[in-house]
Amino acid sequence: MRVDDRQLLSELDLFGCIQCGKCTGGCPVSITTPLNIRYLIYETLVGALPEAEHMEELWDCTCCFTCVERCPKDVRPAELIIGIRGQMVESGKIPGTISTALTGIFRQGNPLGFARDDRAAWAEGLDLKPAQEGCDTLLFTCCTSAYDLQAQPAARALVRVLKAAGVDLGHLGTEETCCGNEVRRVGEKAMFEEMLVEEGRALLESVGARRIVTTSPHCFNTLKNEYGLHGIEVRHYTQVLAGLLQEGRLTLSGSLDKTVTYHDPCFLGKQNKVFEEPRAVLRAIPGLNFVEMDRNRERSLCCEGGGGRMWFEGTNTEDRLAFRRVQEAVDTGAEILAVACPFCLAMFSDAVKVKGLEERLKVMDIAELVAQALGG
Amino acid sequence: MSEKSKPRIGVYICHCGTNIAATVDVAAVAEYAQSLPGVVKARHYTYMCSEPGQALIKEDARALGLNRVVVASCSPRMHEPTFRGAAQEGGVNPYRTEMANIREQCSWVHHDRDAATAKAKSLVASAVAKATHLDPLEEREVGVQPGAVVIGGGVAGMMAALDVADAGFPVTLVEKSDRLGGHAAGLNRTFPDLEPTAEWLTPLIERVQSHPRVTVLLGAQVEEVTGFVGNFELTVAQGEERQKIGAGAIIIATGYDIFDPRRKPELGYGRYPGVVTTWELEQRVAAGDLTVAGRTPKDVAFVKCVGSRDVQLGNAYCSRVCCMVAAKQAQLVKQLLPEARVNVFYMDVRTFGKRGEEFYDEARRAGVLYRRGNVSEVYARGERLVVRVEDTFLRRTVEHETDLVVLAVGMEPRLDAGAISALLKLPRSADGFFLEAHPKLGPVDTATSGVFLAGCCQAPKDIPDTVAQAKAAASSALIPLLRGTVPIESATAVVDAELCAGCGMCVEVCPYGAPALDPLWGVSRVNAVLCKGCGACAVTCPSKAIRLQHFTPVQILAQVDALVE
Repeated sequence: MRVDDRQLLSELDLFGCIQCGKCTGGCPVSITTPLNIRYLIYETLVGALPEAEHMEELWDCTCCFTCVERCPKDVRPAELIIGIRGQMVESGKIPGTISTALTGIFRQGNPLGFARDDRAAWAEGLDLKPAQEGCDTLLFTCCTSAYDLQAQPAARALVRVLKAAGVDLGHLGTEETCCGNEVRRVGEKAMFEEMLVEEGRALLESVGARRIVTTSPHCFNTLKNEYGLHGIEVRHYTQVLAGLLQEGRLTLSGSLDKTVTYHDPCFLGKQNKVFEEPRAVLRAIPGLNFVEMDRNRERSLCCEGGGGRMWFEGTNTEDRLAFRRVQEAVDTGAEILAVACPFCLAMFSDAVKVKGLEERLKVMDIAELVAQALGG
Repeated sequence: MSEKSKPRIGVYICHCGTNIAATVDVAAVAEYAQSLPGVVKARHYTYMCSEPGQALIKEDARALGLNRVVVASCSPRMHEPTFRGAAQEGGVNPYRTEMANIREQCSWVHHDRDAATAKAKSLVASAVAKATHLDPLEEREVGVQPGAVVIGGGVAGMMAALDVADAGFPVTLVEKSDRLGGHAAGLNRTFPDLEPTAEWLTPLIERVQSHPRVTVLLGAQVEEVTGFVGNFELTVAQGEERQKIGAGAIIIATGYDIFDPRRKPELGYGRYPGVVTTWELEQRVAAGDLTVAGRTPKDVAFVKCVGSRDVQLGNAYCSRVCCMVAAKQAQLVKQLLPEARVNVFYMDVRTFGKRGEEFYDEARRAGVLYRRGNVSEVYARGERLVVRVEDTFLRRTVEHETDLVVLAVGMEPRLDAGAISALLKLPRSADGFFLEAHPKLGPVDTATSGVFLAGCCQAPKDIPDTVAQAKAAASSALIPLLRGTVPIESATAVVDAELCAGCGMCVEVCPYGAPALDPLWGVSRVNAVLCKGCGACAVTCPSKAIRLQHFTPVQILAQVDALVE
């Protein structure tokens, strides 16, 4: 399949590129895979892109947007990858696992292919009220938080914590549908815009909540920046918890005598500049000894779970960034690697197992740590 | 209207090569102009601004006894002074010259030749109509305060001060810090000859301090500036003391700020002791100590363009010195640590200027390795640092292990540039540096006559360019000082005391402080020396008592009538 480079050039402002390499130099997967976004821009500019079939590494991009954040000329390199993926989607030339994920969203509202009817099963016994009855804060759960057994405890912990702080919390139940953040990033623009955003916006606005709190930075990113919601504040749960702690509405009477480090998720940190709130929450936990990894905040090393990578293994399964990252966490002397994203949780939990580090490092969501410190 | 002032108008249509003539039928316009009332002679010519073009005006004026001149050509911003001069030499009062802009406002923006020609005719008719009503105005001059104030005691300020003082005028050099020398004092050696800075900077400071006509005020700041070219008055604060200083000209040489690389957190500055700026390396090289945490570096990596050429930071410009600074320091590092690998990571190498390319050649021959790639990230690996960069020629991202990372930081407009700009009504360009009057023809002049720019306050530049601009600013500042008088605008506002109700609205609206209420008569009087002829008072006056000369209602209405006829 030939990529229509003229169309890409008309849609994306690539002419400002000076080929300095800042994008590729910062690209986390450029070390482990053949993906070279700087060179891809050059090939697009001069009309020398190879056939799409020869660009499997395009699916390696995690859409961490380090390239976009750092480009000195305001070119948005990752958007080129999304654009090429879009053409591949249109002609059906996409990896089978991604195709399956998209079908799952189309049929059941989640990429994991589980039944829509089971979407709220994770919340059983939590007495979580239907948002349709009216609520101040609408909890938006990531599909992973809702269905993945590994991620569900974090969502349940979050509900307990928010309720302990007296937050008037509601949930969409089985009406909740995938936010589509990764759908847009794998290039399925039509499904994202015409189905997920359009229907999602109407549903979310109909609740009349003051704010939405998300379990995932990915949902947070797209609902906040791409949905165009009117009159609703969108917050990642760490922001809400930091606010509740600061206002004194959330008090932690228990303690957690552990050394903990924190991994900045790309969609929360780099892309939305939420760096301090998760740290403030961790520091507020009595007894917790907080340590930083060398690469933190803007330099956090991507877990490789974004941009559709939850549904695509990648061209290098031997050397995963998550392997490096959990080692960096171990090197700090931390016993717990705190995360604030269900994708990071999945990637790092897996890496800890593969690398045989279970005895030394536990991967936990910040919500779980806070729930443990609730005490009484 | 007396016989003497009965209009005898000459009209001159310019082809501007083909700029106008390709779109406008200039012959037809001239023929039409010839038919207008009061027009004695209408001509068209290739370049009216040329020597022969101006000669046509002068000769016609004398031979035909013209008393008004209309030139249809480019914008008056371009050549009004030229044609006023030509008219004057032909014996016509320069204020009886009027221009019709048939280039920017006609030939350059239209394609249809017939329509463009018709529009050019209208514009010419309009200019002729106004010219008919133009009054002669007197050219005026005022005396000049013999002396200058230079703001900023760096290389630019000192050089400018010395030239003005050497020409025989007293100079006050106002420096904010407690010493002279500016940023140059922080340099150990300079490119492209590796000469120790102290060898030329110390004698320069010495000369300034001992010059009989230079008064250096350290720890001093200009608080207020009033007046105009030839007669400025500055209020300078030094500690608790305030003094007023009169000056015929002001030279701004306030310099720049060094970019703070903490604003590029991915580069690890402020986090790792092994990441330093070129300014810090300057001191380390001077001390001969490049150790990091007690260890001698085996590998040194320079990172170029830090804080420059970066749209996201708002610094789109090239800082113009960092490539040469890096080439200099890389050579000096190589001299101190011959065994170390020295790498310069770059986007582009811009070692222009005299001996620039040769200097770059010398750096490479000394063993400095240039690798093309804009460093994306710096992090720690054990005791060493890692520079993560794509070597764009290898087409591969490398994790380059090193011991000392040197950030070649660029220049930024000073944080207080806004305050200085407000003090002197100095416009700034999009990059935040002070704006020169013309990018080519007025590089040291500003929008305020009598105020000149020198050095990096105008744009980043190296020391030779700074000195050249400082000497140019001094020489421009000397023009009014040496002449002893300055011409002032004749097209000023005048108040009809019979009509003035003394409401004072003109006093409030004037940005130049020209009108004031006469305490005895209770009417407004305009100080013609301060008036710039902007017309704000004339349109504000509820009694219509203020008239702006050269733009009177009669003149403007005639111009409008001719256009709509």
